[in-house]
Amino acid sequence: MAKKAITCTVNGKKREYFIDVRESLLDMLRGNAGLDSVKHGCDVGECGACTVLIDGLPFNSCIYLAIWADGKEIMTLEGLSDVKGTISDIQQAFIDEGAVQCGFCTPGFIMSSIPIINKENPSTREEIRRQISGNLCRCTGYEKIVDAIEKTQKKRIGEKKK
Amino acid sequence: MYDFNTLYEPNTVEEALALKKAHPEALLLAGGSDILIKLREGKLAGCDLISIYMLDELRGVYIQDNGELIIRPLTSFTGITIHPLIKQHVPVLGDAVDQIGGPQIRNIGTIGGNICNGVTSADSATTLKAYDAILELSSADGVRNLPYAEFNLGPGKVDLKPEEILTAIRIPKESWDQTYGHYIKYAKRKAMDIATLGCSVNVKLTNDKKHIERLRIAFGVAAPTPIRAVTAEKAANGHAVDAKLLDIITANLEADVRPRTSWRASKEFRLHLVKELARRATVASIEKAGGKING
Repeated sequence: MAKKAITCTVNGKKREYFIDVRESLLDMLRGNAGLDSVKHGCDVGECGACTVLIDGLPFNSCIYLAIWADGKEIMTLEGLSDVKGTISDIQQAFIDEGAVQCGFCTPGFIMSSIPIINKENPSTREEIRRQISGNLCRCTGYEKIVDAIEKTQKKRIGEKKK
Repeated sequence: MYDFNTLYEPNTVEEALALKKAHPEALLLAGGSDILIKLREGKLAGCDLISIYMLDELRGVYIQDNGELIIRPLTSFTGITIHPLIKQHVPVLGDAVDQIGGPQIRNIGTIGGNICNGVTSADSATTLKAYDAILELSSADGVRNLPYAEFNLGPGKVDLKPEEILTAIRIPKESWDQTYGHYIKYAKRKAMDIATLGCSVNVKLTNDKKHIERLRIAFGVAAPTPIRAVTAEKAANGHAVDAKLLDIITANLEADVRPRTSWRASKEFRLHLVKELARRATVASIEKAGGKING
């Protein structure tokens, strides 16, 4: 089968991968890049467990051809912690608020929440729910996930005003 | 790993058209939120694909000097919703595509893929039908402009020749000027759901805002393809903006719709939705146009 070299930025570092053209971005990130936060869930874009940011926007990596990542900037959950491995505020908020139970959906939810926690103005809970409407969680009942996102957004807005 | 055979990667539209002519059986892959899923289900196993997703020349929204709005087919749903020209001239289209799937699907799904797929539930289709959109279909041999009204041939079947690619969706100025629209999607959930029924209405009022100059109503899932309710439109045009107008519209809707019973809803319920959604979307459109029922 046809193979191809692609170059993209993954979590801030420029990388080159030699991939089978039939691979999904999910296959490439888990298999070639070893980024296991990207979860292999439904494989058809329903559950959001494989959500990553491509040029800042959330995409389901299971229904995205790896070759399309050529020249793009990809961000996974691994890219949120600093060089020492200290987790980010949104990850800590998920722990503090009890928004993690089995944890399988968590990386996807956190990646979907990134665009909204960086907003200038506070979002309503309804707006937060809409932003995470492409992600499924079968454990938490969502309330605590919304709490964690709301809390982080408020904290970041507060810090910007200082 | 997806189970397809050969993947062609054209770098320009010209190359894509040449490839489509050489391999008419190969499927065009835009955002892939339908095709890649069908591949997972095994329905398209072994097919050949022409990936046009990376062709940025097929992405974006523009306005011509004559006021014609040009939507390139690879524009994502998110790209449509946030585009200033869409917000200014056809905000109803941005609202409609903002009700598709969830954020991730709206980032990958394209408006061209949505209509070329040819399903009756496509959320962009109703509004584009209601705005008399024109489709620019290109092949290596030339270009033809087809009214979108003539594009759907049956469920999942469209008048796109094997060697053709949709290269633009055009909305003439005459169609969006002084025109205000409203879309209602009725579904069981607020996200990640397919419409049980969709209704897109737009209205142009007379200068005094007292009469209907032009009313257009389109439905999704009220027939095997997205359709216009031309009988009700004819009855409404020229009518005064009053409560009787709504009764005249709803009384004439059954002439054009052909809803069916599916696991989502019965024919009777869909018929009820046809009337209720058309009524509500008409009221909302008139209000957006500055008119008032009984005002």
